Amino acid sequence: MTGRGLGFYLLLAPLVLWLGLLIILPHIDMAIVSLRTRVAPREYVPSLDNYAAFITEPLYIVTFLRTAIMSVLATVITLIIAFPISYYIAKIAKGRSQAALFLMCLIPFWVSELVRTFGWIILLRETGVISGFLQWLGLADQPIEMLYNDAAMMLGLVYTSMLFMVVPLTTTLESLDDAVIEAGYDLGGSGFSVLREIVIPHAMPGIVSGCIVVFMLSLGNYLTPTMLGGKGSLWFTELIYSQFIVRFNWELGAAFGFCLLGASSLIVWSILRLTGQTLERTMGEGK
Amino acid sequence: MSADSAPDLECRGLTKRFGDITAVKDVDFSVPAGSFFSILGPSGCGKTTIMRMIAGFLEPSSGDILIRGRSVLGVPPNKRPVNMVFQHLALFPMMNVAENIGYGLRRQGVAKAEITRRTGEVLERISLPGIGARKVSELSGGQRQRVAIARCMVLEPEVLLLDEPLGALDLKLREKMKIELKSLQAEFDTTFVYITHDQGEALVMSDAVAVMNAGRFEQIGAARDLYYRPATAFVAGFVGEANRWSGRVTRVEGDTAEVQTDAGLTLRAPADGLKTNDKVSVFVRPEAISIGPDAAAMQDQAFGTKVQVTAMLFNGANSRVLVRDPQSGSEIDVALPQSAGFANLDKGAEVQIGWTREQTLCFADTAS
Repeated sequence: MTGRGLGFYLLLAPLVLWLGLLIILPHIDMAIVSLRTRVAPREYVPSLDNYAAFITEPLYIVTFLRTAIMSVLATVITLIIAFPISYYIAKIAKGRSQAALFLMCLIPFWVSELVRTFGWIILLRETGVISGFLQWLGLADQPIEMLYNDAAMMLGLVYTSMLFMVVPLTTTLESLDDAVIEAGYDLGGSGFSVLREIVIPHAMPGIVSGCIVVFMLSLGNYLTPTMLGGKGSLWFTELIYSQFIVRFNWELGAAFGFCLLGASSLIVWSILRLTGQTLERTMGEGK
Repeated sequence: MSADSAPDLECRGLTKRFGDITAVKDVDFSVPAGSFFSILGPSGCGKTTIMRMIAGFLEPSSGDILIRGRSVLGVPPNKRPVNMVFQHLALFPMMNVAENIGYGLRRQGVAKAEITRRTGEVLERISLPGIGARKVSELSGGQRQRVAIARCMVLEPEVLLLDEPLGALDLKLREKMKIELKSLQAEFDTTFVYITHDQGEALVMSDAVAVMNAGRFEQIGAARDLYYRPATAFVAGFVGEANRWSGRVTRVEGDTAEVQTDAGLTLRAPADGLKTNDKVSVFVRPEAISIGPDAAAMQDQAFGTKVQVTAMLFNGANSRVLVRDPQSGSEIDVALPQSAGFANLDKGAEVQIGWTREQTLCFADTAS
């Protein structure tokens, strides 16, 4: 080995630039910003005040925990809904209907998230389609407001994340040999025990990678909680946004950003530990 | 063994239709307890469909399946006293060997200590003691094979179904596993139903073989009967090797029919209900053909002719000679006797060949 050629470094350059300029550099800067506090205009001293404020102010910590818990809940609900869909696409549907069903999961993602979320507003608002339909049926005697609450927000989060769960699950389930499932039944297994002992263990890498992606998307979502959530459903990203843009308090905003990063890393790590999976296996689609 | 005489497995008028296609048509057979029964047929003949109906993954369109005299129609696969060794074995990759074997016992709610004991016992019987903790991916092809059988046998099924389990193995191992399967069957004393397209596997291992073609059973019998007394042209052509000619019956005289092949050979065969002008297929096994230096050596043969050697296919004990009949131009495949004198035959040499009337298998063509 006599050193690598120019070509190697040219190929490596975009990756290094991307990592360095867009990920590492901003994070270093954010870390520095978060670790200082303003004592006078344009005058800063290093301190942990921002992190102290995060811990001591109930609004911040409550919003933070709520966001984390709601994201976990959204992930679990997405998994429960997506699993049967993926199983149907991967194992029961055949040929063209399989491709068509997969495409139907994909199509909504061709329009922007904003438009998709607005679609839910049209359905759920007081003068919306569902409210009108219920009144027409006589099941409701006045318009019903279904927007601006946690349920509507959860609906939006699950809907937004669905594809990112269905794709890895379908891929791993497709790689499960039908004969293995049949062998499970043949040797005396019931539907439930085959699911528990054969299908789920096989799909575990897909389940975990889907959950990680959905969880991170939910945790970092800004649009859905803002548009569908009510006054009580403040999302942590909204807090970060208001610190940066409204309050112009970059120091606190940066500290919040790091807390969110810490939380998501911790939760992803615990999911991996709990399920005995490694990041390499899950991101390699569980081969 | 139960005292009653009901066979372990019996199929009556078994038929399966997929839309307009009839995959299995009116199949009847019964397998006595403790025997090794094979279904032999080319791919697509419907043998896997029969297997899946017995296992319970498919419901027959009509007919009945009885295990130990009781109909299992409508019984789901997990409640049937049959187990199946799948084509690619379908061992559970997420479990180790012991967990694979214990899976069925766990489903039956057997106590943990009992599962450990029986798993150890069955591993002993397949001569792989102590591999329980290994991963499936760490086993060799032959070991997987035995584990797949052990996983079924630990449940003590009435009937074990095997769906071409040797197909994925290489030739050497396949030969070895044939013998091993047969001795495992004797060891467990269970009825095996084996499906394959490989006549070698079926003939070597089975007590009885059913030859299947296009959804029907052509013949059921011992390997020897299928080989020496095939009931149909399909069986004669599919089981073992044979020289094949098509021709026409020119004359029936007593119990002998004279057949003129399309190429112009005149042969004599047992008449067996053949009539003059019947179109027929004629089969002669390569090893049924005698070979000698001159016509004097062929005195006792019903058919003899002088031929020229066109190729010598040396393969040890299975050596063959290809010869050409100069009159008709047809090429004949002759097994080379191991006894004296023919090892030095060369291309172009002239020899005399012949065979007896009884060894000329002649079948009237049905579809014409």
